[in-house]
Amino acid sequence: MFEQMFDHRGVSASAVEPSVVAQLRDRMAAMQGGPTRLPVPTHPTLSPLLQLRAGGSYGVDSASLALALMAGASAAGEWVAVVGWPDLGVQAALDLGVDLARTVLVPDPAEHWLEATAALVDVVKLVVLRPRGRVDAKAAGVLDARLRKRSAVLVVWGEWPRCEARLTTEATRWSGLDQGAGRLRDRRARLAVRRGSAPPRQADLWFPGTDEPLAPMEPVRPAERVRSSPVRLESVDGRGAREVG
Amino acid sequence: MAGRVLVVWCPDWSVVAALADEELSLALPAAVLSRNVVEVCNGPARTEGVRRGMRRRDAQARCPELLLLEVNPDRDARAFEPVLAAVEAVRPGVAPLRPGLLAIRAPGRFYGGEPHAAALLAETLVDAGVWDVRIGVADDLFTAEQAARRADVQTHVVVEPGESAVYLRALPVEALLADGAATELVSLLRRLGLRTLGDFAALPGGDVGRRFGAYGAEIWRRARGEDTTLLGARRPPPELACEVVFEPPLESVEAICFSVRTTTETFVAGLAERQLVATAVRVEASCAGPRGEDVVVSSRAWLHPRHFSARDLVDRVHWQLQGQAQGSVRSRRSVAAIAEPVTRVRFVPEVAEPAAAHAEALWGGGADELVERGMARVQAMLGYDAVVVPVAQGGRTPAARQAVVPWGERSVGLRPVDRPWPGQVPGPAPVRVFAEPLPSEVLDAGGVPVRVDERGWVTGEPTTVRVPDAGWLPVDAWAGPWPVDEAWWEESGSPTRRAARFQVVGVDGRAWLMACTDDGWWVEAGYD
Repeated sequence: MFEQMFDHRGVSASAVEPSVVAQLRDRMAAMQGGPTRLPVPTHPTLSPLLQLRAGGSYGVDSASLALALMAGASAAGEWVAVVGWPDLGVQAALDLGVDLARTVLVPDPAEHWLEATAALVDVVKLVVLRPRGRVDAKAAGVLDARLRKRSAVLVVWGEWPRCEARLTTEATRWSGLDQGAGRLRDRRARLAVRRGSAPPRQADLWFPGTDEPLAPMEPVRPAERVRSSPVRLESVDGRGAREVG
Repeated sequence: MAGRVLVVWCPDWSVVAALADEELSLALPAAVLSRNVVEVCNGPARTEGVRRGMRRRDAQARCPELLLLEVNPDRDARAFEPVLAAVEAVRPGVAPLRPGLLAIRAPGRFYGGEPHAAALLAETLVDAGVWDVRIGVADDLFTAEQAARRADVQTHVVVEPGESAVYLRALPVEALLADGAATELVSLLRRLGLRTLGDFAALPGGDVGRRFGAYGAEIWRRARGEDTTLLGARRPPPELACEVVFEPPLESVEAICFSVRTTTETFVAGLAERQLVATAVRVEASCAGPRGEDVVVSSRAWLHPRHFSARDLVDRVHWQLQGQAQGSVRSRRSVAAIAEPVTRVRFVPEVAEPAAAHAEALWGGGADELVERGMARVQAMLGYDAVVVPVAQGGRTPAARQAVVPWGERSVGLRPVDRPWPGQVPGPAPVRVFAEPLPSEVLDAGGVPVRVDERGWVTGEPTTVRVPDAGWLPVDAWAGPWPVDEAWWEESGSPTRRAARFQVVGVDGRAWLMACTDDGWWVEAGYD
């Protein structure tokens, strides 16, 4: 009976959920890296390639990527804000999982965009900013310091002097459209995440549309990963070493 | 012994209230109908032969010009409120029995006796605009009501103390019909041969209880003048509104905001004393008129997502008066001055809710309250309408399917989302939706602008398109045209009401929803 009990305990100890281990590792990393590097909820499709970290600014080149990053945090119960994006597609945001009850929009902050963004960074977890024109490094520095202090994330759709990572979509292919016939159905694109000068990590994304035009409100499956090229950290390291050597 | 009771009866109150609401003359024959049956009719209609309980068609046959009004108990009660207030000004402790009927404890000798008090009350009410008032005074409520029903217009009937039973004895049993539930009992009494209340009251009490039940016994006691109903006097509603008077009048918004600070604190404290918080407040600012009277120049109801604090109210005053001054609240750095000096600012709570419903949690309000404060800061910086909440609504085009609500306002007048909305643009939802369509151009292979003819065919294959941000691009694929002709009966509206829609994909992989109208091409939305 005692043996059984020990057996049982042994089994349960060895079969600890891998997610629990990952969670504990995350917490340890957070403790080592200080409180500002806590992970921010990221869309499940994007999280294998990019985990948003509090205090970072991330650049994207398309509206749907900005919405997808926003949706991850919003669906997890965080407040999000959008600055300088008057033509935000509300339905697309809803379909991706954004909770509009916890979303605020400053459509046109004009010349006060920096102050408005800084004030929003104080209170919400994630701010999507669409800057007008070029942003100088000084303004970006001010905002970066504020982000680190308040543990928020900035997603910039457009140019930004210092990004922790830059997300781009490449080779976008729409299906369902012919010369004059059909309609837009879904889209496939290659997502590339670039951090500094490291080689980009890539994955194929699929943005399915609604099939039934009369039932547009049914929850659309968010961007689903069809095939992701597994990222090989070893090879990246190896090549980096070779290059250095 | 319980005090004497004075009853004020305003006959046909539903009709009076409805006619006053529609601003029509009281001399018109009118009737209030409920489910196609006359519920209440007024004097002119009665002279034409309209009776209570008549069907709509019968009533119209008797009196073709009869004004038919919808039953609305809320309107009746609302219209009766000023009457209650007018009576309260003469004597407190008013018990509203139902719209059109109220009771108070009769003032003994204060106004020089009951007849004088009744006359004074009738005069007060006629001054307040209620023409048909009848007053009855008696020992108990039932007798007083019966006396009021037997009084003439603007007169009174006083039943002396101890005379109730004698007064009631001669009344027919139909007098009981004023209480709606007594219909069956009255019919039964009539069939039993009891014609007057005196006949009914003469029956032995124990037998009445056994034959007619508890309700019958209660009515029997009333008929004997032994009604024991107590008056449920209402407490006058507390005065929650606050105002501040400026002497001399103030011109600058900053100065006004500074001066209203104490008043806002008093206002919030006054509500808090009654365990209330305001979630909607009307702010009124008045200026001196030409003859020295106050003229309200700016009045606006403000809503709050949680509840108003003193500081929030000061902010609202600032926004309201600044907006008044410039037509827009956007430019914060310009000198704030209003058109005329303000003499008075008044805060009226439109919606007051129990504070318990808005109490903070044990561990503080949490993130939402923090967000609230942050948004207030951004609003103070950019203006009230610069921070919005996007909402989805029903519609056909992507632009019609969304709307924005200023932060802190409640969304009103949105189209429902859960309707089918046939004719909406199919496919994935666009991530960029332009509130105003952007002008664009589409060329065919020969460089000629593409058009859609009357039959709905394109004049050429689109090969080049000019889109926002990217400029001219070759077309990769396209679909359409999908012609729509929306709201053609309206004079003006969106430029894309009569249009043929296209979906166009450029070679850079971006897709656009475009519309071709008589005036040219427009970009309505973008898939990015």
